[in-house]
Amino acid sequence: MSQIQPTLVPIRVSAARVFFALFMRDVRIARRELPYFLVRTTMQPLLFVVVFGYLLPRMGFMGKGYGSALLPGVLALSLTLSSIQSVALPMMADFGWTREIEDRLLAPVSITYVALEKVVAGVLQGVVAALFVLPIARLIMGPIEALTIVNIGMVLLITLLGAGAFSALGLLMGTAISPQHIGMMFSVVLAPMIFFGCAYYPWQGLSAVPVMKYAVLVNPLVYVAEGMRGVLTPSLPHMHLGIVVAALVVITTTFWILGLRSFTKRAVS
Amino acid sequence: MTVARPAIAHTFRAVIPAIQTSALRKVYPAPPLRKKRRGPTGFPGGPPAASLPVAGPNGIIALESLDLDIHEGELFGLLGPNGAGKTTTIGILTTRVKPTSGQALVSGLDVVRDEVGVKQRIGVVPQRPNADRALNVRENLLFHAAYFGIPRAHSAVRAGELLEKLGIADKAEAKVDELSGGQQQRLMIARALIHEPRVLFLDEPTVGLDPQARLGLWNILRELHGQGRTIVMTTHYMAEADELCDRLAIIDRGKLLALDTPAALKARAPGGTLVELDLDGEAQPSIDDAGKTAGVLRVEANGNTLRAYAERGGEVIPPLIRVVEQHGRTVRDIHLSPPSLETLFISLTGRKLD
Repeated sequence: MSQIQPTLVPIRVSAARVFFALFMRDVRIARRELPYFLVRTTMQPLLFVVVFGYLLPRMGFMGKGYGSALLPGVLALSLTLSSIQSVALPMMADFGWTREIEDRLLAPVSITYVALEKVVAGVLQGVVAALFVLPIARLIMGPIEALTIVNIGMVLLITLLGAGAFSALGLLMGTAISPQHIGMMFSVVLAPMIFFGCAYYPWQGLSAVPVMKYAVLVNPLVYVAEGMRGVLTPSLPHMHLGIVVAALVVITTTFWILGLRSFTKRAVS
Repeated sequence: MTVARPAIAHTFRAVIPAIQTSALRKVYPAPPLRKKRRGPTGFPGGPPAASLPVAGPNGIIALESLDLDIHEGELFGLLGPNGAGKTTTIGILTTRVKPTSGQALVSGLDVVRDEVGVKQRIGVVPQRPNADRALNVRENLLFHAAYFGIPRAHSAVRAGELLEKLGIADKAEAKVDELSGGQQQRLMIARALIHEPRVLFLDEPTVGLDPQARLGLWNILRELHGQGRTIVMTTHYMAEADELCDRLAIIDRGKLLALDTPAALKARAPGGTLVELDLDGEAQPSIDDAGKTAGVLRVEANGNTLRAYAERGGEVIPPLIRVVEQHGRTVRDIHLSPPSLETLFISLTGRKLD
């Protein structure tokens, strides 16, 4: 072993540099896992597209228009599910039993950055999932009303905010739920969120059941789905985009604060 | 409580201590009340485990009030049974556990106020290997180096050297799961060293290793120590602490019981030397007279073996032989056990270490 060479190691490394190194680790792993990742995160939305967007309309059970009403929701679902899973699942394993995150917690940076990096990597995975699902959905369901170059900025904004909200939620769930209760997370949290998230129907449609209409507003998926509807299929009823953006900013901030607190509690005893 | 505070005899060592703690205390929140504390047998009301941390009214006291000075370049051991507070101490010094009160400095930096500065200067080998299993062996080192801002050109060379030196170069591209326990442990050491830390922490590094891997690890630690690196390790193996460490802190139930060199600690063991005489028959008849022999502190008979504890072993052998012969027995064999950390530990705590 070579002698200690203090000159080799910087005495202080900038937080940005450490953050970037942490991020590159997740990028490396995500790249390696890409095929599995895409299958995992897009299977469910794609099945919905096939059944509700193609089969049922062909059978005559649903109007032709349903496909286009479905597409924004499908997009919202794939990006939120992949964001939340890519953060929550490794986090549960790390804090539950493997403690593999330990080497990152020992990186010379405040552990807030370690948590932030996880969320940013989750956002990236959400965006990748959305980009992957979009063209496939377009192929199956036909042209998308407002998917134009002009609109792309807005689509991206909603995608980023949605992925941010759900990555932060992933941080909270991954650190607050013990690995034994992982099944609970899917059946008690995710499933209701998906079904009451206005992914498969516009929020306006819930006017038929007013209690429901206001109860679902606690569900962050509602805003992502409505936001997607607003930018991709503006002719369908949808929430005002200003409200969507404001709500997502508030939700992301809240989940980040709660998630960071929970993360810190698990990381430092 | 008597705490040995050795005068700093080694003047060649740096004046600034590598590690300093004062009145370090850690209280963990009490577990939910509905859980009844169970003994090691797993049954409520079973015998208490070797060293359960003290459960106070406001939580579990893992560390009572710890004062330590660890010199630069020292190989320092924290010795104590499971639950003594060793891992909590390492946790605080490596910024992973926040002390309830008191202060701890590593390389002169406060572990709470300058957490980042401390992390930059330390390397940690955990109790249980926790390599990043999403990465292969070499990547584990390269990414860890990157977290410390080391350019890839440097870290690639250094990773190769470390893997070579630690005998896992042929596993560089292997998945972590393909490594044996000992190999994973060595990977942890390589990882802890890749950023050239000033202080290396090892928490029970030899637990679960086979004897050969343990000796291998000892050699690695000796070599690192020889390079002048400060090493702090915890162990509950007496022989390991005795063999490797410059100085030892004996900890039990969150308290420092003694701190000195292994030799000085052993010399403090009361009734240090154990003299064992193997006789050609029952030892029991000689026991009363043997106990009256000058210099003998305590005697026991066990079948044909007469055991005597004495301040100085050699001096009591001739009179003991005479006593035995007076009772018509002949001594077939004599065995002398020098004072050990084990006997000291028993005298300090009234319990065995394991």
